[in-house]
Amino acid sequence: MRVGSRQDATAHYSAVERFPRYTMNIEIIMPQMGESVAEGTVVTWLKKVGQRVAKDEPLVAITTDKVDVEIPSPGAGVVSKILVHEGRAAPVGAVLAYISELAVAEEASASSPIAAMSSNITQATPAVSSPGPRPEAWYSPSVLHLAEEHGVDLSQVRGTGSEGRVTRKDILDFIGKEPSVTPAFSRGGPQPSGPAVEDQIFPISHLRRTIAENMVQSKQIAPHVTQIHEVDVTKIARYREANKEAFFERTGINLTFLPFVVKATVDALQAHPLLNASYADEGIVVRKAVNIGLAVALEDGLIVPVLRDADKKNFLTLAKESAHLAARARERRLNPEEVQKGTFTVNNLGAFGALIGTPIIVQPQVGILGFGRVVKRPVVIADAIAIRSMAYLCLSYDHRLIDGAYAGAFLNRVQANLEGFDVSIVE
Amino acid sequence: MEITYLEAIRQALWEEMDRDDQVFMLGQDIGVYGGAFRVTKGFLEKFGPERVIDTPLSESAIVGAAIGAALMGMRPVVEMQFADFISCAFDQIVNMAAKHHYRLGEPVPLVIRAPYGGGIHAGPYHSQSPEAWFFHVAGLKLVAPSTPRDAKGLLKAAIRDPNPVIYFEHKYLYRHMKGEVADGDDLVPIGKAEVKRPGSSVSVITYGAMVQQSLGAAERLMPEGIDLEVVDLRTLQPLDMATILASVEKTGRAMVVHEAPKTGGIGGDIAARLAEEAFRYLDAPILRVAAPHTPFPFSPVLEESYLPNADKIALKARELANF
Repeated sequence: MRVGSRQDATAHYSAVERFPRYTMNIEIIMPQMGESVAEGTVVTWLKKVGQRVAKDEPLVAITTDKVDVEIPSPGAGVVSKILVHEGRAAPVGAVLAYISELAVAEEASASSPIAAMSSNITQATPAVSSPGPRPEAWYSPSVLHLAEEHGVDLSQVRGTGSEGRVTRKDILDFIGKEPSVTPAFSRGGPQPSGPAVEDQIFPISHLRRTIAENMVQSKQIAPHVTQIHEVDVTKIARYREANKEAFFERTGINLTFLPFVVKATVDALQAHPLLNASYADEGIVVRKAVNIGLAVALEDGLIVPVLRDADKKNFLTLAKESAHLAARARERRLNPEEVQKGTFTVNNLGAFGALIGTPIIVQPQVGILGFGRVVKRPVVIADAIAIRSMAYLCLSYDHRLIDGAYAGAFLNRVQANLEGFDVSIVE
Repeated sequence: MEITYLEAIRQALWEEMDRDDQVFMLGQDIGVYGGAFRVTKGFLEKFGPERVIDTPLSESAIVGAAIGAALMGMRPVVEMQFADFISCAFDQIVNMAAKHHYRLGEPVPLVIRAPYGGGIHAGPYHSQSPEAWFFHVAGLKLVAPSTPRDAKGLLKAAIRDPNPVIYFEHKYLYRHMKGEVADGDDLVPIGKAEVKRPGSSVSVITYGAMVQQSLGAAERLMPEGIDLEVVDLRTLQPLDMATILASVEKTGRAMVVHEAPKTGGIGGDIAARLAEEAFRYLDAPILRVAAPHTPFPFSPVLEESYLPNADKIALKARELANF
């Protein structure tokens, strides 16, 4: 169609977004640091404008809600322009800075940044490839706005519009939402009551905003049902009491209930693989890998590092790795791959005293198992009252895929694994 | 009961004349002859020659006299025989009626009925849509109803309004458009648009005779899964931007349809305001479907080609929906 001149639009995009390649020819791109990470914040530029940087030398420190990383320089050169300054956030794929590449012949003699930059006038080389949008891709104001609002990486959205462009509908379908008038522009109607003068207002941190968006998104996508079983963990509690000191001496880590629950869960997932799956457009994706996400509380939020290939690991490895991941998470030193590709999540509700909880599923998984605090309670066994160590298993599942009977069978299996605990799995 | 658009106008005039004896009418051949379109047939007999005044062929004098009467507290209703001749009264309207209250604080409760629009094979002097000439002028209200109900309710509201109002009544709709009207005082507020058809794909912002054509386009596109929202402005000045913006925020795609020429038309102003106020909601360019930048043709074949209609609106709306 003839509305708007596409060529003009592209030319404009180029003029605004890119600088002439003969002076600035390496783009420093905000990398993808996790499936759901949409943006990162520049903490420190380790090189300033005019400074030289070698290939693979750390160039910029980035923080996201999940990880802190230092990005190495993709090539040797001089930092010629910084677009995203310290303390500022940028979406994945955005250009953070440009490096002027040094011509090999002049590298030794180039003593000043000016010389280095001018040497590139005749040494144009292609920019390094980036994971960002296709060079010819352009987005309407509405699409850009929605992508920003929902933290969507536009290169992941399939376009169905004219010449394959991403339309507003494509992005709404992608985030699984019906069009709605956003509050920012709505008129009339009831408004939430504003803060009173004595109230305090704090800025919302990036981590808090990301958690908020993920929680809302999951609740919108998946109809949650939570089913609760009671489990008698007296055997494990006794074993733990008797062995925790020796275990600590031997391994240097505290023996908690968590690895027992993970071990019991992994076995139950193998018996009930639909809970180790995703409900996707292309069909029900049953995951071969069993990667267990472990919810870890941070001072100001929550993060879910992933214990990879939990089905291939013995008890001791599970115990060590889960302790290690939790420690690294609290120090905010997780690598990007340590927060990716979870297939099911375990949440230790009891850590903060809860008996029962209704956890929210981590998308695109279909189940999350909460494990409540272990308490001693009088319990009827064979018509006699006994004092037993009891806990609740709280499974939230996506009712699009999982029904109550299936969830019940899974919980029965976890429960049986824990109650029938055998010392042989530990040693 | 279903009545015509013309009958709705006649009823509004009749009821307002009956209700308030300060209301009177002036125009060419409106008395003895009953008006060029027979809108005022029977009024002279009922209300007498002091309130139904046949005037000479002098639009400037008619409007000037009406402004004087309005300043003295009366409620004159002027009939232009055709809106095309309103230009003869241009100075009285834009420099006197529109500015008097601003300069001297005295209201000018004047209504000018302007029979406008094409589709009746009447050539360049009897078919024009001159609303954009007045859209530019601060101090005037402009209304353009599309249904009998709006025609009656807006004319009553215009007569009771303390400001000069130009009431654009579409000649093609006079006898082609029928619909229900409520008995008695069913006033349609000036300044309020109405969504005549809710939809999700494209907002079609329009008024007058193009409302029906846009609804026709919507019917045509429905089987293709294209769901047009038709926003009937009803009032052109002041524009109901809240309703327009709410619609465009919902659909992300907008087109403006009017039968006046595209160049310098109201559609351009609406498109500009959408670009200013709803840019972040737009998913496609704003389109305009309007007449070309030429005089209104006489030949029926050329007239057909000149005026927008349901087919042409559907064609553009489909392009926009698939953009």
